[in-house]
Amino acid sequence: MAVFKRELKAYFITPLGYAFIGVYLVFSGAFFYMFTLTSSTSSTYSFSQGTGSADFAPMFSLMFFVLMFTVPLLTMRLFAEERRAKTDQLLLTAPLGLFELVAAKFAAAYAVFLISTAVMPIYGIVLSNFTEVSWRTITGNMFGLIMVGAVFTASGLLVSSLTENQMIAAILGVFVNVGFLFSSVAAPYVEIKFISDALRSVSLLSRYDRFTIGLFEPQNVLFFLSIIAIFLFLTVRGLERRRWL
Amino acid sequence: MIEVRNLTKSYSNGEKAVDNISFTVGEGEILGFLGPNGAGKSTTMNILTGYISSTDGSAVIGGVDVLEEPIVAKRKIGYLPEQPPLYPDMTVDEYLRFIHELKKSKLPKNTHLNEICELVKVNDVRGRLIRNLSKGYRQRVGLAGALVGNPPILILDEPTVGLDPKQIIEIRTLIKQLGRNHTVILSSHILPEVQAVCDKIVIINEGKIVADGDLEGLRSRFKTETDEELSLEQIFIKLIYGEGII
Repeated sequence: MAVFKRELKAYFITPLGYAFIGVYLVFSGAFFYMFTLTSSTSSTYSFSQGTGSADFAPMFSLMFFVLMFTVPLLTMRLFAEERRAKTDQLLLTAPLGLFELVAAKFAAAYAVFLISTAVMPIYGIVLSNFTEVSWRTITGNMFGLIMVGAVFTASGLLVSSLTENQMIAAILGVFVNVGFLFSSVAAPYVEIKFISDALRSVSLLSRYDRFTIGLFEPQNVLFFLSIIAIFLFLTVRGLERRRWL
Repeated sequence: MIEVRNLTKSYSNGEKAVDNISFTVGEGEILGFLGPNGAGKSTTMNILTGYISSTDGSAVIGGVDVLEEPIVAKRKIGYLPEQPPLYPDMTVDEYLRFIHELKKSKLPKNTHLNEICELVKVNDVRGRLIRNLSKGYRQRVGLAGALVGNPPILILDEPTVGLDPKQIIEIRTLIKQLGRNHTVILSSHILPEVQAVCDKIVIINEGKIVADGDLEGLRSRFKTETDEELSLEQIFIKLIYGEGII
């Protein structure tokens, strides 16, 4: 709990937490305006003029790409900065387990992400003033985004534990996230079947898309939870391994 | 209180930072860990505190093996690394409260922290951001952090490095004071410091213990050809750099 509170507070002592929330709001607001409120072929249309759409999927799908690049900025300092400033000596010699430490850091970064995501239902409420909206779809989209955010937070945490340079952590984080995206894009071009299948099966985007159409399939939820657990486990193992080097 | 047996730390390139060292520290003793830079002092301390693992041997803290029960062992230790692990964006008070919570101390927070601040003399800077503190104050805050939770063992890695003479005397006096209620391991390459503060001395070079015992014992063991006792400095130079230099 001490680490969680310290990390969460650290986000808002520096501009990082505010910057993340700001960027999130700017992009989600812009996508909501462009692809939902004025989602016609001409950008001069507006929903109040009888155009637009009650479809949130484009906005949420685009947020997937925004998160790919912004979540690593949120997680880059979590372990890298501790290592650079040698404050990890305090954490790793304190009487707390490595999993507790990793979970606290994950929870702090994820909390900032969740605070940002809390704006999403407001878009639904705004839209419901103009037309009937499918709350099931909105909930599905939000759930998908929350899952993707957790995966990106966990992957960012892992890469942050591998280096003491924040910029390297951020760049590596983006690479990992892009890798998840491209696994599905590259799959059709790979001729070896089992590799192609493997690439398809680790694709976040295709599973995320299922949520965006309002489908809560247990296997997809389990997939996301497994990926998060694997990243957190690898982070713990990485920290443990460093002690032995 | 502390038992180190055949402790070895090898790196992946085969180099040994610590090579088969053994020593014990009794309850209430202050042990001086003496050696040149790179001798293996910090590595040994990092192993004792559970920050890194040994390749071989064991380190038992208050009856608990650091590798087998790291969390229990860590509860018994207050550690001040060579570079105090401070968060510059926190005030001294926030930092100490954070450590109190981090160590899951059951001691009453306000009273306990007031006592520590009084002891290490940081009361006047409790509300200040750590980034604005002088080196001397940072060292004291680091020491205050090590004292939170009142651990029976204190491991202090070069606690006076970079301090001015007045601050060095103050910290030394404080360590002596702490030695009344704690078992202390103190590393240093400042010989008068070890001489002034420690009950026992371990001299380490290139990862190996080259001498240990109390000062009198060391002095009676190492004498000149004319049977004159050597100072600690002379013993140290003799052991580390060879006979020719004396």
